[in-house]
Amino acid sequence: MSRLKEEIKALKAAFPPTIPVFTGYIFLGIAYGILMSSKGYGMGWTVLMSLLAYAGSAQYLAVTFLTSIFNPLLALLMTLMINARHLFYGISMLEKYKDTGKFKPYLIFGLTDETFSITCSAKPPAGVNRNWFYFFITLLDHCYWVLGSAVGGILGFMVSFNTKGLDFVLTALFVVIFVGQWKTQKEHKPAIIGVLCSVICLIAFGPSNFIIPSMLAILLVLTLSRKQYVAKKELMEGRAQ
Amino acid sequence: MTLTSMQTLIIICMVTIGTMITRFLPFVVFRGTKSNSYISYLGQVLPYSVIGLLVIYCLKSVSFKAPTYWFPEAIAIICIVALHYWKENTLLSIGVGTVIYMVLVQTIFV
Repeated sequence: MSRLKEEIKALKAAFPPTIPVFTGYIFLGIAYGILMSSKGYGMGWTVLMSLLAYAGSAQYLAVTFLTSIFNPLLALLMTLMINARHLFYGISMLEKYKDTGKFKPYLIFGLTDETFSITCSAKPPAGVNRNWFYFFITLLDHCYWVLGSAVGGILGFMVSFNTKGLDFVLTALFVVIFVGQWKTQKEHKPAIIGVLCSVICLIAFGPSNFIIPSMLAILLVLTLSRKQYVAKKELMEGRAQ
Repeated sequence: MTLTSMQTLIIICMVTIGTMITRFLPFVVFRGTKSNSYISYLGQVLPYSVIGLLVIYCLKSVSFKAPTYWFPEAIAIICIVALHYWKENTLLSIGVGTVIYMVLVQTIFV
């Protein structure tokens, strides 16, 4: 089999599992592009951000950094916090991506929530090169996201409508993730710790200064409750067996 | 645009660097070694706490001086939670919630 044929075969196998991501990324990408253009950021900026950062919720969050006082350190810290979940994806994919050779940097670069959800479960069909298979899944998802953002950026400037309240798409996104996590997770303590520490710090430090204290408070409380969490988890797993 | 082009570029770089640190760190740290139990604990619990923080972050400027100030947020969030519990369709919940909020702040709670 020629090299090109092998690649086309992998692309064909990679496309079907990405269809749900296609819908999601196009929709969220368009909303992101429209939101960016409603703040005066043209398609070029939107596409550059989607191409380089390629992180949905962090990009939505970054709209707030782009529309307030210039604070690169806060932007970095908030991005680290919001994407901390990727650490977990990385740890889960260590084995799977171990022997992916030249593809490895790009596979890690593109390990978004959605790509992770496919590559951690989808298996390449027999006769398909697994490295190319994972590469195409990652590449297709990346293209959908950039395409959606570009379309949104164009629409935002072509179609004029009242965008007042569109920022709420960010709040909606996080509320939806919160509810989704709440439903799937038996242990609600980490979620409650997150909300309570933030509310207390918001009241204590005010809306413009509460983020860093909240992060520290969350890290501290999580670190202190580690033993209890591990013990409880072992107990639960023990019961399950 | 609120920021200058240079500032915008720096913010884009920060978001990119921040994201890449979280994506590459496990692969760099755990090259051939056993995983660190504290890091994997944080990997398990931090995602849940952070989303809680982000919900509050989004609502940080909501004023409680008069009910009309926080009504749109409250109504939209209740709708999102109910809809998401019921249908569990991410795009539907986000889309409907945002449209409800936009209609409320553009027509009723102007």
